[in-house]
Formats: sequence, structure tokens, C-alpha cells
Amino acid sequence: MEAARTDGRLVDSFQRRIAGSGVYRFVLRKPLGALSVFMLSAVILAALFAPLVARYDTNAQDYQRRLEGPSPSHFMGTDEFGRDLWARVVHGSRISLLVGFASVLIGATIGLALGVFSGYTGGIVDDVIQRVIEVMLSLPGIFLALALVATLGSGLDKLIIALILIYVPRTLRVIRGAVLSTKQNSYIDAAKAVGARPMRIMSRHILPNVMAPYLILASGLLANAILIEATLSYLGLGVPPPHPSWGRMLANSVAQYAAAAPWMVIFPGLAITWLVLGFNLLGDTIRDAWDPRLRGL
Amino acid sequence: MQRLIVRRLLIAIPTLVGATILVFVVMRVIPGDIAYALLAGEEGAAQVDTDTLAELRRQLGTDRPLHVQYIDWIAGLLQGSLGDSMWNRLPVGGEIARRLPITLEIALLSVAMGFGAGLPLGIVSALRRDTWADLISRIASILFLAIPSFWLGLLILLLTTRLFTWIPPLGYHPLWSSPGTNLVQVLFPSLVIGSHLMAIVARMTRSTMLEVINEDYIRVARAKGFSERQIVLRHALKNSLLPVLTIASLSFGTLLGGAVVMERVFSVPGIGSYLIESITVRDYTAVQALVFIFAAAFILINLIVDLAHGWLDPRISSS
Repeated sequence: MEAARTDGRLVDSFQRRIAGSGVYRFVLRKPLGALSVFMLSAVILAALFAPLVARYDTNAQDYQRRLEGPSPSHFMGTDEFGRDLWARVVHGSRISLLVGFASVLIGATIGLALGVFSGYTGGIVDDVIQRVIEVMLSLPGIFLALALVATLGSGLDKLIIALILIYVPRTLRVIRGAVLSTKQNSYIDAAKAVGARPMRIMSRHILPNVMAPYLILASGLLANAILIEATLSYLGLGVPPPHPSWGRMLANSVAQYAAAAPWMVIFPGLAITWLVLGFNLLGDTIRDAWDPRLRGL
Repeated sequence: MQRLIVRRLLIAIPTLVGATILVFVVMRVIPGDIAYALLAGEEGAAQVDTDTLAELRRQLGTDRPLHVQYIDWIAGLLQGSLGDSMWNRLPVGGEIARRLPITLEIALLSVAMGFGAGLPLGIVSALRRDTWADLISRIASILFLAIPSFWLGLLILLLTTRLFTWIPPLGYHPLWSSPGTNLVQVLFPSLVIGSHLMAIVARMTRSTMLEVINEDYIRVARAKGFSERQIVLRHALKNSLLPVLTIASLSFGTLLGGAVVMERVFSVPGIGSYLIESITVRDYTAVQALVFIFAAAFILINLIVDLAHGWLDPRISSS
């Protein structure tokens, strides 16, 4: 261990000498991680500064210039109403990120808390929670989302609620497993022996040890949320019309114009793929760093 | 093995019962008054006449207590009845039976394609680690995981319409009466779902093969003089299949969801497009029946995978 650390420091200093900057070092050592950071920050920046980046209003129609191909004035071309696709794709990133972060932050965090509690407490509470989770997992996520959208109606808030309901049991199960193996460590017994309260053990000793699986899962769920939002919106069951969701940009009328204006199909789909790929690569990078055995998966 | 089957069935049955409760809660308890929702529309704007409302509630049976409605639904399921459609008053079961074969065809074909391509890809990737073949296979897997299936379907449609002026056949063409049209109809949806499954299988096969290939028993097999082909197929692959199957069974949910979306993209009249149509016209009975069928299929697939585990690893069935 000590030798490896010295070795790492040596390599570090060597690379620092040739590269000079920390960013460069990160890119060299974790090219995929750097790629994912680049892909994600590009989308997040575009979403934050959407009005500046977009150049056009998302709903401004220009019938003189409908179904126009990509050009310097319209980077991604225009749709059947002459709306600028670049502006719509840039603003669409806000919807994808909002749905993703809202559902995963709330859903996965509730799952994390309940998972730590259920796994650490054990006994009958754990049993009951596990039976409920098993039933909730018996329904594939997208069907639970479809059923909820069928009964609640479509809309951004309802979609986020549906995704939270899907992500709580999934996170709970993964975190509980990690808690059970962490619980075996003798430092937990030591903490108990010196009289630490359960809350303190859970927050100070268990929680830090399940953060890695939590982060890996969360980036996978972010990718999943973006895919489900796009899919439901494509089916006409997700985000309702005034919002330029990437999925909905690919719905209904697009098929009609696709042959004449392929850019209407290509760019929104590329945007979804870009963001999902970014989150998947982020998850892979965290997993590589956490468990070297799985490196290069 | 027999004891394993019995034990797994004993786990699967409560899960199935739990799934019926979940579906019932989502479809019947959460929406509140279905009759009112049907009459008032999504925005609740329309005027609702109280007599009509009471009459519709009586017709739908939603004026009874929830537990009676639930028991009624379960009793129907046990007798093989899925209820009558709220949209056209026809039995939902008949419609599902008509539409089921083509969905099954797509599911089976995509599983065959996914494993047929994913396993060799993962094996080659692991055996030829860090070569260009490995690199290509990994890039392909990571890309196919990120590409939304409906978009890939749309791109295929775009290509075929532009290059060959081909549009997917509409309506239902049974395999036995018009095999050609039928195969064309299921080919592209299966290809798209299969590519996603391939990516999952290839990634998992690669990582488990890499772990297994350094085990002692592989070295023993090599020392005994087995051919490389025998070592890979008989020793390494069989042992690395377990985690692959687990991951695959978890992703069957995605597979079923993919089937729903693909049927919509390629206008295939299967039970997936039936689900979407039913949601659009707010046919609660049909949605409830279909969601339950997909949940049951998911539980059944997981049961089969569990049993396959027992067959692949004798330690599981004897413990």
C-alpha cells in the first residue's frame, strides 16, 4: 500500500512536470472521465445560459424559412413551422436536466436514507421494507411510469413523481446490500463498544462507505431518467406541448417531414445520446476509481 | 433441481400477488373516481351530470368498495377473464390474444439477436483484450447503451424511406399466411431492441470472462492440454454466464419497454401499441390488464433465469 502510494506520487510528479496542469493530468489518466466531464458540462452550460446560446426564440415561427437545412444562421436547420432547431435543442436540455436531477436527487436520496436505515436496523422493519420493495421492483420501471401517467395524466411534475417512485426502491436495494457488507467491519463494533448512537454510526461510519455505489447508481439513473423522459414525450405521454422536450421534438409530425428534412430527426436524437452517454461514462469512471477490478469495462 | 423449482415458485407467487396489488393501487386507487375522469376529461372542464355519473359508476362497478373491486378483478383473472374494455366494451382478453403473437415474435427474435451477437462480441473482446477488435466492440456497446431505441428506429425508418422508399407494412400479417411481410415487420423492431441487449450482454460477458480467465481451473484445463476452443466454451464461458444472465434478466424490463416503443415506431399492431392506444383513450381496464401482463411476464422471465442459474451452477440447486 505504502509502496503503491509512493509510486503514484512519483508518477504524479513526473506527469506534473511534463504536463504542468491538474486538468491535463486528469485528461491523461482518465480520458473517458475527462470526456464525460466535457460532455456533461457542455450541456449544463448550454442549459444555464440557454437564452444567450439559443440566438432565437424557441417558439418563434418563420414561415418563409420552414424546413430549411443547417446553415450559419440556423445551425441545426428549421422545422415545419420555421422554428430554429438549435434554439429548441438548447432549451430542451433544461427539461432533460430538470427531470433527471429532480427525480434522481429526490428519489435516490430517499432510497439512500431508507437503504441505510433498513440495512443497519435489520429485523422486522427490514423484512417489511424488503417485501414492499420486491413488489415495486416486479413492475419494470417504464411500465410503472406508463401506468402512473395513464392515471395521473401527463405533465412535467407527474413524470418526476413517477420517476421518483421508480428510483426509491432501486436505490434502496443497492444501498442496503452495500450496508450489509459494511456492517461486518470491526470498526462498526468498535463504534458500538464506545457507545456511539445508531444515528451517529449510520451517518459517520456507514454512509461514507456506501457513497461510491450511490454515486455510480445515481449517474446510471440520471441517464435512465433522461431516456424515459424522452421516450414518454416521444409517445406523447410526457412533457406537454409548450416545452421543447427532445423526445417530443421527435414525435408525431416528424415522421411526415423526415424524408424532406432529416435534420429534424437527427439533431434532437443526437442531443439525447450525447447527454445519456455523458452520464454513462461518468458512472463508468466512478466505478473504475472505486473498484479497480472492474477497470476498463 | 426439483426442490429448487418448488422453492422459486413459492417466491414467485407472492411476488405475483404483490404485483396485482401494485397494479390495482396505481390503476384504481390513485386516479380516484374513474367515472368522473372519463366524463370530465383530462382538464376536468366539462360539465358532469350527477345521474350520468352514478350510472357510469354502476356500469364500471366503481361504486363498490375497493376490496370488492379488487377481489372481483382477481376472481376474473383466475377464470382467465381480463375484463371488458371501457372504450369499446369488448373483452380485453380477446384483443390481447390477437395481438400477442407478434409481440412474442419480436421479443424472442431480439433476445436471440442480443445474445447471438453480444456473447461472441464479449468473448472476443475479453480474449483479444486491448486490440482494435476489443476497442470497436467496447465503443459499439457503450454507444448502443446511450442511443434511445425509438430514435434508432426513426433513423432506420429515415434510411429506408429515403433510400428504398420503403415504409413499414401496416396491419397484422400472421407468420403462417404471409411469412415474408411478417418477417419484414418484426425484423427492424427486433434489430433495434437486440442491439441494446447486445450492448448489455457484451459488456457483462467481457468483464466476467476477464475475471474467469485467470482462475486456477482454467490454468488446470490448459495444463491438461485442452484446446483453447474447449477451454473457452466449456470452462470459461459456462462460469461467466451467471452474472451475464443476472444482468440480462434485470434488463428484460427494458426489453419489454423497448418492445412497446418499437411497436409504436414501426406501427406494429402488438400488445405494446395496444397499451399506448389504451392510455391515450383512457381505457383503464385495458391498461390495467396489459400492465399486469407485462409484470407477470417480467416475473416469469426472472423465474426462468433463476432456474437457469440452478442448471448452470449445480451448487445453487443442491444448497
